[in-house]
Amino acid sequence: MRRPPEIEGLLRESAPRALAAVVRRFGDFADAEDAVQEAAIEAARQWPLQGVPENPTGWLVHVASRRMVDRVRSEAARRGREDAVAAEPTAPTTEPGEGEAADDTLVLMVMCCHPALTPPSAIALTLRAVAGLTTAEIAAAFLVPEATMAQRISRAKQTIKSSPEPFEMPAGEELRERLRAVLRVVYLIFNEGYLSSDGERLARADLAEEAIRLARIAHLALPRDPEVAGLLALMLLTDSRRAARADAEGELVPLEEQDRSLWDREKIEEGLVLLEGAVSRGAVGEYQLQAAVAAEHARAPSAEATNWREVAALYALLERVAASPMVALNRAIAVAMADGPEAGLDLLAELDGQLGKHHRLPAARAHLLETAGETAAALAEYDRAAELTNSLPEQRYLTKRAARLRDRDQKNSSCP
Amino acid sequence: MKFMLLQNYGSVEADIGPMTEWKPEDVQAHIKFQKDLNVELRERGELIEGTALTAPELAKFVVSDGKSTPVVTDGPFPESKELLAGFRVIDVESLERALEIAALTSAAPGPDGQPVEQRIEVREVMGPVEH
Repeated sequence: MRRPPEIEGLLRESAPRALAAVVRRFGDFADAEDAVQEAAIEAARQWPLQGVPENPTGWLVHVASRRMVDRVRSEAARRGREDAVAAEPTAPTTEPGEGEAADDTLVLMVMCCHPALTPPSAIALTLRAVAGLTTAEIAAAFLVPEATMAQRISRAKQTIKSSPEPFEMPAGEELRERLRAVLRVVYLIFNEGYLSSDGERLARADLAEEAIRLARIAHLALPRDPEVAGLLALMLLTDSRRAARADAEGELVPLEEQDRSLWDREKIEEGLVLLEGAVSRGAVGEYQLQAAVAAEHARAPSAEATNWREVAALYALLERVAASPMVALNRAIAVAMADGPEAGLDLLAELDGQLGKHHRLPAARAHLLETAGETAAALAEYDRAAELTNSLPEQRYLTKRAARLRDRDQKNSSCP
Repeated sequence: MKFMLLQNYGSVEADIGPMTEWKPEDVQAHIKFQKDLNVELRERGELIEGTALTAPELAKFVVSDGKSTPVVTDGPFPESKELLAGFRVIDVESLERALEIAALTSAAPGPDGQPVEQRIEVREVMGPVEH
């Protein structure tokens, strides 16, 4: 159902807040989500005709709560018992303050990033219930039909509903685990949006924005959590490069070739300040370290002027905190930039077993072999990388790079 | 992750004749199986598309050099066993799940309920972002 754009924006903001309030009062996430969705549909129908209420969130809480009470009553009636039915809760008379809204949103995020959900399901549910995107928008962003996405979200809600734990905000180590899951989901959403090339971007542009918005809210709710600040910094620093990522035809431009004058200095400034604040708080986590790498790139006026030794050291630290073959690969590339391609190639050689058929290994090797002047070997690796990738923009980029190398090589060999 | 599950006409491993030679109730059972599988995958939010193609009899091949009249070849074709019979496009959590669904498809019932052991080709679909 199409919502008029002004109402659209209002609902996107108010619905998640209303959901948080209703969940707080009734404790049942799935039913609350249904009730708020129904209230939102009502709002889309009534507000254009009767005018927008002064307190949109309160209106939604009011209508959704009535539905919850009705549902509880008819459940009780069906069971033939006179259950004590919760009195209709008083809706807030004013919009919740920013701080309270942030806390509520954090609760929703923790609920949506439930351990029983797989990452794609948690992502879909978070975008729906917390970011307030419509099912159609989420479907378009992930390039699946709306019905498919609707089912995925519905099943995600069912999974949470049938999970044995009643919802209670966890504490201690469990809370830390759930927060890690929240950050992971937010970062996955960001990457889906950010990594799309400009051609496919239109349906996905908002995902990176949404992820940053959610991280800002989490930061507001947990201002002293260094990893939350680290993730927000990482995304801002990364997103600052957005305008330089694609050329006029919408094809990928890698970091080393980007026009740095197109980088968003405001985002960089904000990211650097956040990072500084986070790092000063002690134990350094993976997002802060990745943000520190992004900060090195942001500070450098050119690819050559980048402090690659620092970047390599940061990746070495990251290997201690959150080791993965990808981190090792990134470190190898940084080492190559600092100490020459052979040093990087030596490190890459150690990764053969771990990276299997992943295209990034031959892609990295190809770049380094090209730098080292080993054209034939570089071309073979470019071909292999192009064969293994599952990303169309990446494949096009690798093919073009190989063609450029082949062309240069032929010109050189035909020169006297 | 998006995958395409493809099957062509020749790839039945079990010793089974073409569907035109089956008993009606076996054809019915096979059709029901495919429908039920689609319903299940749809409910799980995994099915993007399920498509059956018209017979090789009706297929045409087109070759053109962009200048002269295109060359259009009609069936029947000697290589008709290699033609695509149908495909599903799915969006699943992992390769393992895609293989699971392919296995289900492969074991669709044939004559007397015997699984046809169809050879299913599983191809990941290229996307805008690497996974």
